[in-house]
Amino acid sequence: MIEMPIIDVQKCDGCGLCIGVCRCNALAIIDRIVTIIESMECDWCTDCEGVCRTGAISCPFEIIMQES
Amino acid sequence: MAVQLEFLKGIPYFSGLGSVELESISKLIFEKAIDRAETVVFEGEPAAYLYFVASGAVKVFKTSAEGKEQILSIVRPGESFNDVPIFDGGPNPASARAMGPVLLYGVKRNDMETIFRNHPPIALNVINVLARRVRQLVSLVEDLSFRHVISRVARILFEHVGGEVGRGPRLTQQEMAAMAGTAREVVGRSLKALEEEGAIKLDRHRIIITDKEALQKIMGVPS
Ligand code: SF4
Ligand code: SF4
Repeated sequence: MIEMPIIDVQKCDGCGLCIGVCRCNALAIIDRIVTIIESMECDWCTDCEGVCRTGAISCPFEIIMQES
Repeated sequence: MAVQLEFLKGIPYFSGLGSVELESISKLIFEKAIDRAETVVFEGEPAAYLYFVASGAVKVFKTSAEGKEQILSIVRPGESFNDVPIFDGGPNPASARAMGPVLLYGVKRNDMETIFRNHPPIALNVINVLARRVRQLVSLVEDLSFRHVISRVARILFEHVGGEVGRGPRLTQQEMAAMAGTAREVVGRSLKALEEEGAIKLDRHRIIITDKEALQKIMGVPS
């Protein structure tokens, strides 16, 4: 399983802006609700998060220390 | 496809206008479809058109001499860009590029003047829009000129790093922005700057601290 941006369906108003900005077709509206499709091509550009007005989509980062 | 009157009604520029007025304005509006990554306005060039986003999203940005991009705003449906040079006659202060497929409604500079002359109440709407824009840009300027933002972002990363046993909390750029008291756009740039300085590496959804000492130095902690 590959990590993907997270959607809060309660907050999503189905405007579709995130779908338009995503380069890898990882987002789609199914039954008026935005749905994420696993895609290796998603490079975590965070454009979907940046464009969403309602804060319904988020691209959280995991912060790790490199083993020395 | 004809310009949608319903849509024009929702544009802040035209709020309060009736159908007859919007109908006459719509005759001066043209449609322009642009593809992902297409630049529709180039910084420094003369401005000929005012644009409203009808669908999709456009980013307005400036490019530094070293080629670094700073996003000034993301323009969403109903919002406008390129207003300033249309009104003051100067060159475009920033570039604008489609973030995906975008449909724009454009108005020629001269036609905008005609619209103003024929529908004076629009002036108040425009003042409102521009005032809001100034407010947003002023807070961005504050953030950008405040060099400590990078060190605050460095500190946030340091304080949220996952331990050996478990994962630390995951943070979005939006959350980091709220913590650093800055705009999301500034966090994006700070992360890139930290990566260029060799302190971190962005690996998709992971931020790897590759040089702890360098990060601490940026945080202002003597090592
Ligand atoms: S941009 Fe936000 S509100 Fe609009 S469809 Fe995407 S997740 Fe939903
Ligand atoms: S992070 Fe970028 S590539 Fe991944 S789903 Fe969002 S817009 Fe698409």
